[in-house]
Order: sequence, then C-alpha cells, then structure tokens
Amino acid sequence: MINRYENVVIETVSRLLVPALQLFGLYVIAHGHGSPGGGFQGGCILAASFILMVIAYDIRVAKSHMSENLNTILCCLGVFIYGGIGLLCVILGGNFLDYSVLHKILPVDPVKARYMGILGVEIGVGMAVMAVMISIFLNIASRGEHEGHENSVSVSAGVSDRRNNE
Amino acid sequence: MIWQLDILILLIVVICAIASITVKDILSSALLLGAYSFLMCLLWTGMGAVDVAFTEAAVGAGISTAFFIGAVFHMTRRTKD
Repeated sequence: MINRYENVVIETVSRLLVPALQLFGLYVIAHGHGSPGGGFQGGCILAASFILMVIAYDIRVAKSHMSENLNTILCCLGVFIYGGIGLLCVILGGNFLDYSVLHKILPVDPVKARYMGILGVEIGVGMAVMAVMISIFLNIASRGEHEGHENSVSVSAGVSDRRNNE
Repeated sequence: MIWQLDILILLIVVICAIASITVKDILSSALLLGAYSFLMCLLWTGMGAVDVAFTEAAVGAGISTAFFIGAVFHMTRRTKD
C-alpha cells in the first residue's frame, strides 16, 4: 500500500470500478429514507472506493485525489449538518430532530418537510462516516504519518526490510 | 427461507467462526472473519432484515476486513502462541 507495485490489470479494473462504487454510494445515500440503505452504509461504500484506490495505486496517488485537510473538513461538516438540522428543529419550536417543524422555513407541507429533513440528516451522516472511515484507514496504512511529514521514506524502507527478513 | 439452505449457512458460519480463532496465520484469520460477516449478511437477508444485512455487508465484510488487512500489513503474519 505504501510502495506502488504497478500492475496493469489491477489498475485498469480499479479505475473502472471506483466511479461505479461512488455512484452506488451516492444512490444508497439519496434513497436511504425510502428503501434499505442510508447514510452509514452509503458512507461506508464511498470510503470503500477510496480504500480500493489506496490498495490498487498507493497512498500518494489517492491523497492527490482527496487530501487529509479536505477529509477533516468533510468530517466536521457532516457532523455540523447533522447537529445543525437537529438544533434547527429545536430553535423552530419542536424536539431535537423533529423534522416536521421545518415547514416553517421550507416552502412545503409538514409531511414533505419531514422527508426533506431526514434526507439532509442522511447526507450529513454519509459525509461524516466516509471521512472517518478514510481517516482510520489512512492512519492504519501509513502508521500515522501525515501530510508533509519527513520520515515517510524511511517508513517504507523499514517495511520492505522487515518483509525481506520474513 | 428454505430450511435446508438455512442449516447449511448456519453450519458454514460456525465453521468460519471457529476457524478464524484457531488458525495460526493472521491474514487467513482476517479473511475468514470477512467470510463469516458475509454469511451472517445472507442469514439476515433470509430473515427479512434487509437494512441490517446491508450494514453487515458494507461494514463487517467490506470496511473492517480492509482495516484488518491494513493492520496485518504492519506486523508478523504468524501468531506465536
């Protein structure tokens, strides 16, 4: 995962598979309130597409598509959307996550407002879950080495040494 | 659900669970745990809990197996005990 082992078959298949996985993840998030699925499962599928990119290429190529700063921002933004919609319902006079009071600010009736509110919460949960799963995997795969750290070369050398010893 | 298929999947689930804690190779253990999660997903689909089965397939069989393989990559493959 740290060193890139070039393999035409794996790289071509993953290049075809990653957009399909991400489209399926977005589908699962967008239809989570009407059918099986939801923010958690869709976020996990989106994170799985990133993990496939890390495994097929290497960490640097994957980080050029999605940096750790963007990952942290998405994580915080997802939690903010979830908590923000919940607290907006409290401010508008309902309970926490009681979406039907959102019809006071949305131009729809209460039933449709409930539908829209749960869709917003699913999007927030999906973003937070995707970002946290990617962050956990990057920390495991790179031994906690972050962007701009100097020792990344020595870490990959140490891994290859130990694998030769085995 | 067809009861013969149910009993067959339950039997393979038990075999995978016992094998994943007795095998000496850690990578094989992680992969057997992924197979266990996927068979539990099939069982839950048969019982009608599609949402739980979806979560099990996405998290148990997909993401956590990738985490385990990423952790195995940084340590010795065989257990000492």
